[in-house]
Amino acid sequence: MKHPLRVVVAKPGLDGHDRGAKIIARAFRDAGMEVIYTGIFQTAEMITRTVLEEDADVLGLSILSGAHLHFADEICRALREQAAKEVLIVMGGILPPPDIPKLKAFGVAEVFGPGTPTSKIVDYVRNWHAAR
Amino acid sequence: MSKPSEPTSIGTASPDPETWKSTTLAASLERLPKRKEAFTTLSGLPIDDLYTAADVNPGASAKEIGLPGEYPYTRGVHPTMYRARPWTIRQVAGFGTAEDTNGRYKYLLAHGETGLSTDFDLPTLLGYDSDHPMGMPEIGKIGVAVDTIDDVRLLMADIPLDQVSTSYTINASAFALIGMYEVVCKEQGVAAGKITGTCQNDILKEYTAQNEYIYPPADAVRLVVDTMEYAAATMPRYNPVSVSGYHIRDAGATAVQELAFTLAAGHCYVTEAVKRGLTADSVAPRISFFWNIQNDFFEEICKLRASRRLWARMMRDWVGAKDPRSWMMRAHSQTSGVSLTAQQPDNNIARTAIQALAAILGGTQSLHTNSKDEAFQIPSEGAIKIAVRTQQILALENRVTDIVDPLGGSYYVENLTTRLEEEAEALIRQILDRGGMVCSIEDGFIQRHIADSSAAYQRDLEAQKEFIVGMNIHIDPEDPLPFEPFELDPGLAERQIKRTQGIRRSRAQAETTSALKEIENAAMGSDNVMPAVVRAIRAQATVGEMCDVLREVFGTYRGPIVY
Repeated sequence: MKHPLRVVVAKPGLDGHDRGAKIIARAFRDAGMEVIYTGIFQTAEMITRTVLEEDADVLGLSILSGAHLHFADEICRALREQAAKEVLIVMGGILPPPDIPKLKAFGVAEVFGPGTPTSKIVDYVRNWHAAR
Repeated sequence: MSKPSEPTSIGTASPDPETWKSTTLAASLERLPKRKEAFTTLSGLPIDDLYTAADVNPGASAKEIGLPGEYPYTRGVHPTMYRARPWTIRQVAGFGTAEDTNGRYKYLLAHGETGLSTDFDLPTLLGYDSDHPMGMPEIGKIGVAVDTIDDVRLLMADIPLDQVSTSYTINASAFALIGMYEVVCKEQGVAAGKITGTCQNDILKEYTAQNEYIYPPADAVRLVVDTMEYAAATMPRYNPVSVSGYHIRDAGATAVQELAFTLAAGHCYVTEAVKRGLTADSVAPRISFFWNIQNDFFEEICKLRASRRLWARMMRDWVGAKDPRSWMMRAHSQTSGVSLTAQQPDNNIARTAIQALAAILGGTQSLHTNSKDEAFQIPSEGAIKIAVRTQQILALENRVTDIVDPLGGSYYVENLTTRLEEEAEALIRQILDRGGMVCSIEDGFIQRHIADSSAAYQRDLEAQKEFIVGMNIHIDPEDPLPFEPFELDPGLAERQIKRTQGIRRSRAQAETTSALKEIENAAMGSDNVMPAVVRAIRAQATVGEMCDVLREVFGTYRGPIVY
């Protein structure tokens, strides 16, 4: 049997809007995953370090501040360079549609916009895990 | 003409509601049962089969409801309400540099907006200059970047500050922006007694909802009281605090929690001022409020009515304020941002219009209507124009402005107003009994309430007990993007940093340093920091430098993580 998935939910930058991050952290926890929620005011380095130290399988980023391209680029790049294993990076928040292809090019596997049911996000992560 | 005969009850049943339930209602339910087992408001308060005169303020009299412009202000703070003057159309705006936002202000005023409101960018809100590494990725993204007095001069350029009132949405670093606003008003020649405007400056809800805080809560409250004391003495018509339920609600709270946590915060600021030796009547009249208008139409109307009555009682009976202006709650309202959908965004126009109508029927003094594209971006000009036009339609076409408190006396509205007031009062008393707002923030009590309500609503949404059209029902397979994209100038960060660094190089540094030292001395003791802050502003100190001085004195704070 596979180990329970370890998920880091993180709030990069100075954005304080954490309703979505808390909802998704709770949904992952209720789905039996091990959740580490970083809280607010996290730099890209802090988030990368948390993912590595916690040996996380999944990183969920929540950004509503418009700084998503900056942080996704930095964090995806750092994890690609430093993580020993593949980390699934998913993202949610206020994300203009024209930016979504750019986020995916950086290495964000999927973007879940406002109104996405948490069950859809949990299923996405589970399916990714099952396929590995 | 003969007098019409006395009305008789229609049908055969008695007008007694209990008999109605057992006869007329029971027979109807046998044929057609209710479409759901329990009816509740969006906040979970039960809704009965019927409301009658017997349900209006159980155990209370007409005195409790009162009349418009009189204690306890249930029916509105003004005797005339919108018959004398409509609400202020006040759209919050802010992005890019001061010049960019100034341009948007002029666009809004040209389209009939009657008051201004500013959103600041995250570095400004959190007291980092634009060239600080924490600030750089976020310059100008969700608000305007302000580092020095020069930015506020540009922000307010060509705006007649003696005629247009301006609101600043800023909290942790509010002391700096209040000082900058005062200086710029004076430079424009506005006499101190004529300066109007509002600063949000409600730090307590930052720790529970919006999360843009810097210092430990008790020190931050001291700064708020410093600004209240300073404004009362120097700008008597300025509102230094706008106690905000908006963010609490959008973070997931119920209407009752929004009422309770907001009024408890207002109470905290007034009682802290009293502890300092000020009278309640010297500060309470200049405290305003800011409410979130969600989707439950009647609950939101009742919430505004209940908020006024409860605040009036709290100020008169709990705090002992004597001046009626201290009892009178004046409020700004904004339609709910969190209720906007990314799916079928045109639907947000209808959603916002209905919420706006609730705010008006509830008696708001000013109103922001959200734009349809805000689930994606800073609103485009086209989208914000529809939002302004929505308010103008309500103000000019529907005649809802011609009646004062048109729902006063409605069995349901009066009943729900009382229930919201009672539930909120019980929660406020619980907070006071456990030591007040600061300790209820530090131990996560309030955050726990909000997180649980947010999770419960999400559960109901996913179980389709609650519906959002276009999101979990009546879903379109593909959403086209029917709006214009909003794009920031990619060169704005560079422009902003250049301006700020140029000022740091050219200013009389000795004067700046000495003013900053003066802020430090005041903060370490019990002197009001504001006179030193204003001196530092005139000496071109930056927001970041002033906030750093206070970081050294107060330290920084990280709240408990509650989810």
